[in-house]
Amino acid sequence: MIRFEHVTKTLGGREVLSDLTFEIRKGEVFTIVGASGSGKSVTLKHIVRLLTPTSGAVWVGDTEVSAAGGATLEKARERFGYLFQGGALLGWMSVYENVALPLREKTRLPEGAIEQRVMEVLKMVGLENDGEKLPNEISGGMQKRAGLARAIVRQPEIVLYDEPTSGLDPVTSRTIDRLIRRLNTDLGITSVVVTHDLQGALMTSDRIAMLSEGKFIEIDAPAAFVKTTEPKARAFLDAQFISSEGLRL
Amino acid sequence: MRFTREPFESGGIGGVILPGLCGVGRMGVMTLQSLLMLPLQLSPRRLREVLRQMYLLGVKSLPVVTLVGMFMGMILALQAGLELRRYNQEMLIGAGVMISSLREMGPFMTGLILAACVGSAMAAQIGTMTVNDEIAALEIMSVNPIRYLVAPRMAAMVLMTPVLSFYACILSVVGGGIVAVTQLSVPFRQYMKVAMDFAQVYDLYVGLFKALVFGILVTGISCFEGFSTRQGAVGVGHATRNSVVKSFVFILVVGYIITRLFYDL
Repeated sequence: MIRFEHVTKTLGGREVLSDLTFEIRKGEVFTIVGASGSGKSVTLKHIVRLLTPTSGAVWVGDTEVSAAGGATLEKARERFGYLFQGGALLGWMSVYENVALPLREKTRLPEGAIEQRVMEVLKMVGLENDGEKLPNEISGGMQKRAGLARAIVRQPEIVLYDEPTSGLDPVTSRTIDRLIRRLNTDLGITSVVVTHDLQGALMTSDRIAMLSEGKFIEIDAPAAFVKTTEPKARAFLDAQFISSEGLRL
Repeated sequence: MRFTREPFESGGIGGVILPGLCGVGRMGVMTLQSLLMLPLQLSPRRLREVLRQMYLLGVKSLPVVTLVGMFMGMILALQAGLELRRYNQEMLIGAGVMISSLREMGPFMTGLILAACVGSAMAAQIGTMTVNDEIAALEIMSVNPIRYLVAPRMAAMVLMTPVLSFYACILSVVGGGIVAVTQLSVPFRQYMKVAMDFAQVYDLYVGLFKALVFGILVTGISCFEGFSTRQGAVGVGHATRNSVVKSFVFILVVGYIITRLFYDL
């Protein structure tokens, strides 16, 4: 469904992605892990053409998004929802208005139908009683959930999550992880998650890929991923107390 | 449209001029796009945002425009009046205040006030949105940031700048009148009669046109600087400063060009 073909990206003279080739299958939860600055968010931004490759191509279905522009890009982006690290909610709008924004701007739905859909997704993320609040009146976790509600309100085929649990307490992190999994199983949404949180990744993912120095050094299902012998991936797992049997306490 | 600053490898003068020209070009394209999108702002949903912007940049600027307009007239009257008194011509002070306010000082001071108060706020707000990924979020939702953010501000500025400029002119004349009466002993009726005798509709129209152009420039420059913001809070600071400095420079240069075009030597 999403295909990277020999993608190289140079930023500020540094090669952030190096001849990256991989494919994300329809309906799977694909998680990219890696150290800070390893190019995880850069990879994610290439999928929606917030960044373009220095060389290579990015395909979403039959569309080469890395070369798309105008109406083609707009149509391709309509297939996506994107949860940014900080939620990226518009500060002067209430949570309800933020979630309603894509429907008001990109559909001709009457206000009643918009309200129904917005309340539906707000309930899904547990914010049905916080719609009137402004983003600065709610916690970081709630902002992320509101951002997620906005990302899924138009029922996208693919949702991209940029560090969905960073800066959150463990309980809220697991709530977000369960939400990601539920959206995948209930609605069949293809998900691409970028995270440092391996415990969450093991819980939600169909496949986990570890990015290091612009290349994937390991791509596997969670059960196989924890058994890796690749030194950098092993060190990353050990640092989060995850042994080859899973979580080590 | 992307707002990144393209790197230029060439050093020296070329390395400074080329990026500058490219920036001006991209800003011009963005400004033109937002002007072409003005008719779209008439829909009820968009109109509410335009009205909100008109309140923020128009009504909220009234106190400072009032103060500056009034003192602008008082200073003009005092400086010119003292010179005219030497030739016993102080009763003509109304003409000087009226002409300079309508032609130049009204739109000029309004432009500078809006650049400092409103333009800087626009650059800071859009700059913060850029570094917080809010602009990227709009792009991914296929919501055009120029149509959604710039066009309502442009519409509000296009409508409010001439109004504020006219308001500044009136206050300038009133301020000049206060000085004429209290400092130069010119009766207010006499002052106003001379002022109105010298007031030309042509001067008013040129002044309002200038204000309109200044409003477009301030909005275009400020929004473009906001979109070009990089590097977090430091970048927002740079964008805010750049928007004010560039707005001032463009107001001065374009103001001179308009004056030269409409008034033959």
